[in-house]
Amino acid sequence: MTREPAELFKAACGGDRRATGRLLSLVERGGADGDLVAQIAWPKTGGAHVVGVTGAPGVGKSTLVDRMAAAAIAEGGRVAILAVDPSSPLTGGAILGDRVRMNSALGAPAGKSPFIRSMASRGQSGGLALAALGAVRVLDAVGHDPIIVETVGTGQVEVDVVNAADTVVVAVSPGWGDAVQANKAGLLELADVFAVNKSDRPGAADARRDLELMLDLGDHPDWRPPIVETTATAGEGVEALWKHVCSHRLHLLETHSLEARRGGRAAEEVRRHLHNRIDGLIARPSEQVRQLIREVTEGLRPPSEAAQTILRSQPPGDSP
Amino acid sequence: MPNRRWCEELTEHPLRIVLAKLGFDGHDRGIKVVARMLRDVGFEVIYLGLRQSTDTVLAAAEQEDADAVGLSIHNGGHMTLAPRMVNTLREAGVGIPVVVGGIVPAVDVPLLLEEGVAAVLGPGASAAEVGETIRSAVEAARADVD
Repeated sequence: MTREPAELFKAACGGDRRATGRLLSLVERGGADGDLVAQIAWPKTGGAHVVGVTGAPGVGKSTLVDRMAAAAIAEGGRVAILAVDPSSPLTGGAILGDRVRMNSALGAPAGKSPFIRSMASRGQSGGLALAALGAVRVLDAVGHDPIIVETVGTGQVEVDVVNAADTVVVAVSPGWGDAVQANKAGLLELADVFAVNKSDRPGAADARRDLELMLDLGDHPDWRPPIVETTATAGEGVEALWKHVCSHRLHLLETHSLEARRGGRAAEEVRRHLHNRIDGLIARPSEQVRQLIREVTEGLRPPSEAAQTILRSQPPGDSP
Repeated sequence: MPNRRWCEELTEHPLRIVLAKLGFDGHDRGIKVVARMLRDVGFEVIYLGLRQSTDTVLAAAEQEDADAVGLSIHNGGHMTLAPRMVNTLREAGVGIPVVVGGIVPAVDVPLLLEEGVAAVLGPGASAAEVGETIRSAVEAARADVD
């Protein structure tokens, strides 16, 4: 239980799932141990295809993810799934129920079944995105590929998590809205591939038509997001969906746009880390910071000057 | 790594518990209520629900880095299922407590505890009671490991 991060990492690379589970907890908690894990994992990351799956509650994301994982395993993938669910803002508790839908790959031979981790948003605004991205890195570094990240597409943070994927699948179901909804800005703009799930229900053709109309109005010079009809509970259309996800990855590689995509996110991630640290300076103030805030309160100096003083006096490598 | 750190973490981070029903036991009203209760006292509940095996629970406990396993049993199989779960975790070297909830005759409770079950909760237990029982079981197990 009290193994060191480096030791855990070695074990995790050798397929010790418990060690991977523990590493993910350390990353999730942040702090010095989390930073250390991130440091150890970093050199070994970048190999995995990260697939984000999002959509409104109840469209069948978890079941889709489960079926996609089975398709990827059939192709020899060492699949990991990260399922993010909201925490209660009142109690900090959460019911993480995505695993219930993820049984189709359970029959896979030992060591082939997907590694599944549920993560609660724990109410931190920027923290979740960092924790989730950190978790993806660890899963990548210990040898998982592909990594499927599932979030409910409500709220900026969830969008950020999914947007950090190489390929984004947006799932909708019949009756989800109409062409006007489709043209509202938001989640749909992120999609690299659309899944119209529950396509055995009435309205699937309408849902497809509305998405097509939306796409017709946009500009897709090199990749027009394909729309795939699926019935995840029966596994129908999921192989086709997974094929499109894989061709998107191929497309990114062929057009050398994978690096561009990831590069754009690197700056964003650094910004988040900075933001988190600066937040920490105020949330857990040192005596110096307290004193400066008192001085601002008493009108002895302007807030901007206090901020400048705090930034100047930050020792390097100090992790809040 | 100093033991003290882990104790501090215990209070700082939400506890994670895997909730499941093993084998053929279709009454899942109780486990859903308990999941909600635990959410409301600050737990992160990894809900597995019906028809699990000791192996699927073990896999979830490992991957989710769970602090405890909660079994809901209403089919009279507790004397077989609960000790089997305890042993599966032990054999894998996962030192987390197993707490049983459901319909367990009073005479069986000491037997289950003897088999390594950390606590048995019956109908009517309040959310606070359930949370506190699991919290103490986790603390006891951590003290054991350290």
